[in-house]
Order: sequence, then C-alpha cells, then structure tokens
Amino acid sequence: MARMLAPKLALARAAGALSRLRGGGATSAPGKVLLRLEPNALGALASRLDRGSVLVSATNGKTTTTAMVASILERHGVELVHNQAGANMAGGIVSTLLSAARPRGRIAGELGLFEVDELWLEPVAAQLRGLRAVLLSNLFRDQLDRYGELETIADSWVSALRGEPARAATLVLNADDPLVADLGRDRDRFVSDGHGKGDDGDDGGGRVVYFGVEDDSLALAGMAHAADAKHCRRCGAPYVFDAVYLGHLGHYHCPSCGRQRPSPIVRAGAVRLEGVRGARFRLSAPEGEAEVQLGLPGLYNVYNALAASALAIALEIPLADIVAGLQSATAAFGRAEVVMVDGRRTQILLVKNPAGCNEVLRTLALEPGEHDVLGVLNDNIADGRDVSWIWDADYELLAGRVRSVTCAGTRASELALRLKYAGVDPRRIRVIDDLGRALTAAVADRPGSDGGEPLYALPTYTAMLALRELLVRRGEAGSPWR
Amino acid sequence: MALSATTGRALRVCALYPDLMNIYADRGNLLVLQHRCEWRGIGFELTGSGLGEQLDAGGHDLFYIGGGQDRDQRLCAEDLLQTKRASLHEAAARGAIVLGVCGGYQLLGHAYTIDDDEIEGVGLLDVRTVRDAGPRLIGNVAIEVSLDEGSEPRVLAGFENHGGRTHLGARADPLGRVVRGHGNDGRSGREGARQGAAIGTYLHGPLLPKNAWFADWLIATALNVEPSELSPLDDGLEREAHRSARRAAGV
Repeated sequence: MARMLAPKLALARAAGALSRLRGGGATSAPGKVLLRLEPNALGALASRLDRGSVLVSATNGKTTTTAMVASILERHGVELVHNQAGANMAGGIVSTLLSAARPRGRIAGELGLFEVDELWLEPVAAQLRGLRAVLLSNLFRDQLDRYGELETIADSWVSALRGEPARAATLVLNADDPLVADLGRDRDRFVSDGHGKGDDGDDGGGRVVYFGVEDDSLALAGMAHAADAKHCRRCGAPYVFDAVYLGHLGHYHCPSCGRQRPSPIVRAGAVRLEGVRGARFRLSAPEGEAEVQLGLPGLYNVYNALAASALAIALEIPLADIVAGLQSATAAFGRAEVVMVDGRRTQILLVKNPAGCNEVLRTLALEPGEHDVLGVLNDNIADGRDVSWIWDADYELLAGRVRSVTCAGTRASELALRLKYAGVDPRRIRVIDDLGRALTAAVADRPGSDGGEPLYALPTYTAMLALRELLVRRGEAGSPWR
Repeated sequence: MALSATTGRALRVCALYPDLMNIYADRGNLLVLQHRCEWRGIGFELTGSGLGEQLDAGGHDLFYIGGGQDRDQRLCAEDLLQTKRASLHEAAARGAIVLGVCGGYQLLGHAYTIDDDEIEGVGLLDVRTVRDAGPRLIGNVAIEVSLDEGSEPRVLAGFENHGGRTHLGARADPLGRVVRGHGNDGRSGREGARQGAAIGTYLHGPLLPKNAWFADWLIATALNVEPSELSPLDDGLEREAHRSARRAAGV
C-alpha cells in the first residue's frame, strides 16, 4: 500500500505547492488532489498513526475546543497531527495528514486530532481507521441555507455514529444539549461510571463520556429567542427546562417519556465570568477536582474547556496536565484574539450564528461602560448567503451600552438597521462598507478620555479572515498559518 | 400634537406558534411592526398563540405565521386544523390581515406535501404546495408588487429557501412578479399569493426589515387607514437596508 501511495503523495504535494504559488492560502488543495488520486487516502494515512485519531465537531466552538485539546495533549507529550488552520472538510484533513506523511509508510506524529465540519462527520468518520473517540459539543441554528435544519444534521450524526469504525469509538457528548446527548442513547448501558475505562458494550459498541455544567447561579431567566431543540428527540413532547445556561443548553427532562439529561462525569461548577478577559471554574472529574483559570472569556469558552477536558479524560490524560493545558491555551485566531491596531487594543470576537453571537454580546455586556464596536457582516458562501440570523441574535444587549458602532461588510447597512431596532441610538451608528476604511475610522475614533478603552471587532467568518489578512498586511498580527 | 388618523389607535398582532415557527428570524418582522407603531404613537399589542390555544377571531388586526422545521411545521399544521382554522377564517372575513411567510405561507394553502404525506392546510389561500425532485430553491430574491388598484409597482427584496413548489388556483392572485430569484415554483415567474386579507410569501430575510415600506402598508391596511396617513419616520437606514437587499438580489 505504502509503495503504491508514495507517488500519489508526491503528486498531491506538488499540486499544493503550485496552488500556494498562485497565491491561494488554500490549505485543503493538496488533500483534494490526493483524494481524487486515491479515494482511500484518509484511511490509509490515518492508519499510520500509532495512537489512532480523535474527531471534534459542533456548530459552535470546534476550532477553540480542538486548540484546547491540542494544548492539553502536547503538555502530556503526545505528538499530534492536527488540522489547526481550521480546514475541516475531508480535503483539509487529508492535507494535514499529507504534510505529516514521511517516506516508507511513516508519519510525523502519534495521534490525529481533527476538527471536522458538521456535515462532513459522517464521510470522514467512515474512512478514519483507528478512530478512538468522537467529541460532539453542540448543535445550534447555523447557516440554514448551507446546512439545512438542525434535525437533518442530528440525523446524519446518528448514522455517522452507527457505522464502522465510529461504533467502537468512545463518544464524548455534551449532556446539556438534548440533541447531542441523545446520540448516546443506543449506548446508555455503557456510560462510563468514572472508574477505570468504563465498560464497552457486549456487541463492541464504545462507551460514552458525558460532560455538563452544574451551576445554578448561571441559569438564565428563560430560553434565548432563537433556541432550538425544544422537543424531545424520542417522543416529540416539549422538554421542561429546569435551568437554561446558553441557548438551549441546560438541565432538561421530558415530562412525557421520562427521558432526562444524562448525569455527566465531567462537570464545571463555581463558574465566574470575568468580562472579555477570561473565566474561572471548578472542574470535577472522576480523578478529582481542580480550579481552572481560562484566558478566554464567556460561558461558551467554559463549555469549550469542559468539552476538551472530557475528551482528554476519555484518553486517560491526568488531571494536572488537563488543567495546565487549558490554562496555557490561547485564543484561536479571530476568536477573542487581541491585536494592537494603530496603537489601540482591538479584540476580535468571531460571530457567525445567533447562539455564538449572543454569547459574545453577553460577554461584552459584562464589561462596564460604553463600548466602541466594529461590526462586520458579510454574506459570502462561508458566512451563509442568508443574513436573516442577525434578527435572531440579541443585539438588544448592546442598547445603551454603545459609544459608537461602525458597520462594515457586504451587508453593512442591514446590520446597522438591526442595531437601530435593537435600541441603539441611530446617531451612534455609522455605515462604512469598506472594511479597511471602516477599521481605520473605528480605531481613530477614541473616547475623549482615552483610558485605553479597546475596540471590539465582531466579524462574521469571511470578514474575520479578511480582517486578519488586513492586519497581517499592516504588520499588526502574525500569520495564522503557522 | 395634531390629531391624526391613528391617534389613540393600537395595532393588535397575534403571532401563531412563535416558539416553533420562527426559523428564519421571524422575530425581525414583529420587531419592525412594533417599533414602527411605537415611534408613531400607535399602540402595539403582541399576543402569541401556541399549540392547543384557541384564537380570539375579533381580538387582532393582524395574524402572523412564520416558517419552521419540518417536524414542527407538521405539529402546527395539525393544531391549526383542530383549534384555529375556523377563527382564522372568521378573522380574515372581517378584514384582519393574515400574513404567512415561508412555511407559514404553505400552511395557509389547501395542502402541502412533506416526504410522501399530504398535509392539509388552513385553506385561506387557493394554493397547493408539492415537492418535486429538483433542488431546494435558495437565494436572494426580488419581486415587483402592486398592492392597491392602480398603484405604482414597488419592489420587495428578501431571501428564499424552500423545497416546496407552490401552485396557485384561480381564486388566488400572485403577490408579485419575480424580478430575480425563484419564486413560488422556479418556473412561473410568480411569487407569493393574495386572496382577500390573506397574504403568503416565500420572502424572509426577514421580510419587513428589508422592506419597511411594506411594513407600513401592513400597519395602515390592518388599521384601515391609508399608508399616507401614517406619520413619516426618519427612514435613512431603512432605505439603505432595502437597497442592500436589492443589490444582493441583483436589482
């Protein structure tokens, strides 16, 4: 096999080099070429990894969660093959494996750590020989024109997990998301009890590790407007939520069929959110408890950290390495990353769907005073062509909290209108479609008593990439393509 | 303040299944109605009506129903027939506006098919929605509408995303003519439907933030006054947003 594969690897590498020469940052190009030459390339290359592979998927937070897992595993001394640039469809994952592949069937790394797009979980999981664990964190309403309905994604995940080799892999699931937790239903008999490895199923099915937040002080007054997953996956009756933490994540039960939130063995409690700077929580695991100080803000990042911990626990990493890895994790690019622009501290907070946007807005609202905001709304394919979702996000959280807001991007004026109807004073809203000019204007417009107040940039996905490219060109941010 | 046609009036809106039929940010439509009333000193009352709840046929000037996931839409279709159909017909006959967007539009017709089932609708619009083997009809869309007899045609811009193809019967008029996009079925050049006080359309985005002028037409018509009798608002951002949505559709 290795011998037959080698010339194809060389050809795909050459194609990738060509594509970079032509100026594409396209990290998935060589992988796509290789998949055309060798449809089984993913499985063939992954089988070279001595310690197998793990997959991470979610609609929200997969890049950050995967970066946290990487930080933990590297701290433990595991050599990773990791698609850290975020190219998360089959082509991107194969590209990552390709660049790690060495002659004579070897590979530079022991364990594959792959973030995977929601809709690519099924085909990728089916190919990935040596798949050890699958971490699934959440399913929020996201880019309906591209992904379709949530239930459709949930159904594709069900079939992804029933196939080989995923059936035998450990599942790491968010107990607080009813759509995700229900994916463990076939394996309920094999839920890890926290002692040793937990039982695998008699039929070879893998075990389940659940994680969840347990902190009554975080409970919201009610469901967010755009909350989904309100009805029981089993019987269709409406769930009763005893606590809502974030979107539709929380503690729930079905009064009709009795299905309830599984009891997690990896838990976060005593959560303290420290504005845009960070968060603390107590991590409880079978091995013990530990305080974690995160350098990333918001409850959404507590969930990301908890998910990463649960996966690490499933891989039998000691708690001390987990805590140290989480604490040294830094922002994935564009996700709460801080850069200096013309001498002004600027924090980039990616917003791409209502649930994620709400968490960013909630985190911003924790900071005292009035803020300067740069909102960038694009409608390119990777953002979703449909910008309706901004009306599902709770921009009302910014009403009375904005000193100035500059709207940019391909649909800038529609974001401006959303802010007006959210109660932001229209005199504080300006529209500058061009991102470069908007950034310059937003940075320059400082409060009279400049006490180092930061600018908060809230871009959609392609706007975040464009913003970073702009900053790299201006020499104000490092290249993400490490 | 001078007395106007709307002094002391209130727009009473009933949102049908706001927890289930809201997939394309339908809240935006309600927010626009609310603020544009309040900014003019017109009262605004919003009532939600969920599964199993009866409707007060005389208690509302405008009924709104948005789109939902297939599974939720089935639940609502069943409930509409069981608990709300008669009241909706009574309200529409009295002149209350019934506006259905996307899935809500399909539910206002005689029937729609989902998978292999035909699901009965409210029957306020003489339309029928079927699935065909073709792809979902997705994208920015612009249509030209003439809402009142002899009025100048105007543009509605939005986004459509539907698998169903909707066909009009003899008693329903199209809401508008497709300028860009797919419309009811991707072929006929027709978009939406109108029959008496009932209006259906596939345009979300949401519809009313992108077309503030249409929001005003709905408010005025529901209150039985002329749109020109509504006090003017500072609509600079609204006009920009409308232009942005039109540009996205290529108009």
